[in-house]
Amino acid sequence: MKTVRIGAGAGFSGDRIEPAVELAEKGELDYLVFECLAERTMALAQQARLENPDAGFDPLLERRMRAILPAIGGRKPRIISNMGAANPLGAARRIAEIARELGCAPLRIAAVTGDDVLDRISDYKLEDGGSLVGALGERLVSANAYVGVGPIVAALEDGADIVICGRASDTALFLAPLVHEFGWAMDDWQSLGRGTLVGHLLECSAQVSGGYFADPGVKEVPNPAHIGFPLAEISEDGNAVITKLPGTGGCVTRATCAEQLLYEIHDPARYYQPDVIADFSNVMLSEIGPDRVAVSGATGVAASGQLKVSVGYRDGWLGEGQISYAGANCVARGNLALAILEERLAVKGSSVLESRGELIGLNAVSPGVRAISPANEPPEVRARFAARCASREDAERVADEVESLYLCGPAGGGGVTRRVREIIGIASAFVPADRVPLSVQIVVA
Amino acid sequence: MRLHEIAHARTGDKGDISNISVVAYRQDDFALIEKAVTEVRVAAHFGTGFNGEVKRYLLPQLGALNLVITGALSGGVTRSLALDAHGKCLSSILLEMEIGA
Repeated sequence: MKTVRIGAGAGFSGDRIEPAVELAEKGELDYLVFECLAERTMALAQQARLENPDAGFDPLLERRMRAILPAIGGRKPRIISNMGAANPLGAARRIAEIARELGCAPLRIAAVTGDDVLDRISDYKLEDGGSLVGALGERLVSANAYVGVGPIVAALEDGADIVICGRASDTALFLAPLVHEFGWAMDDWQSLGRGTLVGHLLECSAQVSGGYFADPGVKEVPNPAHIGFPLAEISEDGNAVITKLPGTGGCVTRATCAEQLLYEIHDPARYYQPDVIADFSNVMLSEIGPDRVAVSGATGVAASGQLKVSVGYRDGWLGEGQISYAGANCVARGNLALAILEERLAVKGSSVLESRGELIGLNAVSPGVRAISPANEPPEVRARFAARCASREDAERVADEVESLYLCGPAGGGGVTRRVREIIGIASAFVPADRVPLSVQIVVA
Repeated sequence: MRLHEIAHARTGDKGDISNISVVAYRQDDFALIEKAVTEVRVAAHFGTGFNGEVKRYLLPQLGALNLVITGALSGGVTRSLALDAHGKCLSSILLEMEIGA
């Protein structure tokens, strides 16, 4: 029975590169997939492209490709990625230049375009609140539809060695080569559901092979500094084995797979994707060997025909500062610092739209504020004040006020850090799939 | 005992919705987890400063359940002023829950 081998080369834009190179060299892979887009990344990429028409693709594309291309021998594995972000064609051209420079040509590089729906999104409703996208006016930055496997499959059938997408759905990057290799019909919901599960398990790279898992003394992960990225061996029926390269760190177990199975899932019986609504509710996981987990039992039903659109919009500015207090009475001094900040920033008028003050080490991450008795006082806390403001100037003022605590705040504060950045809000809308025509352009290196 | 002794967990986020998986180390303990980690108890565990509506899904064949908490993330990762805007740390906080032996 035919088996297809797909590896995960990245699970986010800043992911580690060395494990991907190792997979490309030793994994005997048919495909290596780099999933590099998050909601905010996409909006930032659109902004970058507005400033420079040649930019707008993944900032790490160059570094990643310089490491990976020399590892592709005999044009295998084929590469699929959403590193195109806001500019897939620009990314494909840049990869072609790098390939020629490194002597890795000839290569056929496909760019998938059409996910950008900014020009026709105004009349659709936002998911929360129900107002029209167009009401965002000048604040609207980006609108990209999560597209399915169609154009990726077309590119593979056209002989592409590398397929570069923009906002393709994460799982579509993995499902597409399976549809291409096994010739699954696009209404074979069971197979599409199973392929989606493989994609979902692999899309966050090491999160299924021992990354984001270690809890010392309870959940041990061998050799965590050298975690290997995962790969899947997929059978024609869509069931698969998740594993990793021998000799790499990390682990693939029932437990790592169960955590990743439910990662960012709501109703496990209804996982909405562009090509299928996958059903993971009856998935079985079984350990069939060291670092080998067999995955079976996923299925699916027909997709909704609507594509989710990620809408990015300018949402003010974040101003933030932090300062540490340690030793005797540190919690009281930290709380006093926060109270002083609130009073000073309130006096300056309504420039602060929303704010938040907290003590790192006590209540910054835990949702419920917990009281602390002097006997249980931590050895140190770090006061953090963050505010959303209408303008950059106002956000700078928030950070300035935290810094001013050095001379005008409680005793013994130290180690101020500050940060100011624009806030890009993300909202969702839905458009009919037939309103999102997609195309594939080939760049030859 | 604490939930941490018999289960592990991971948080994910999409917009303003957080989801926390809870997975039993041993299948035998799943019944206890199912009984203890209810929608009501989870909401109470996170306390009064916590906004969010909890919905629970069960996957008994995996000894796992999935908690979906709507409105948990102060508007979501791109907008929240929180230090952990993703709510990634919520899973470990949940594992502090006291459950019957």
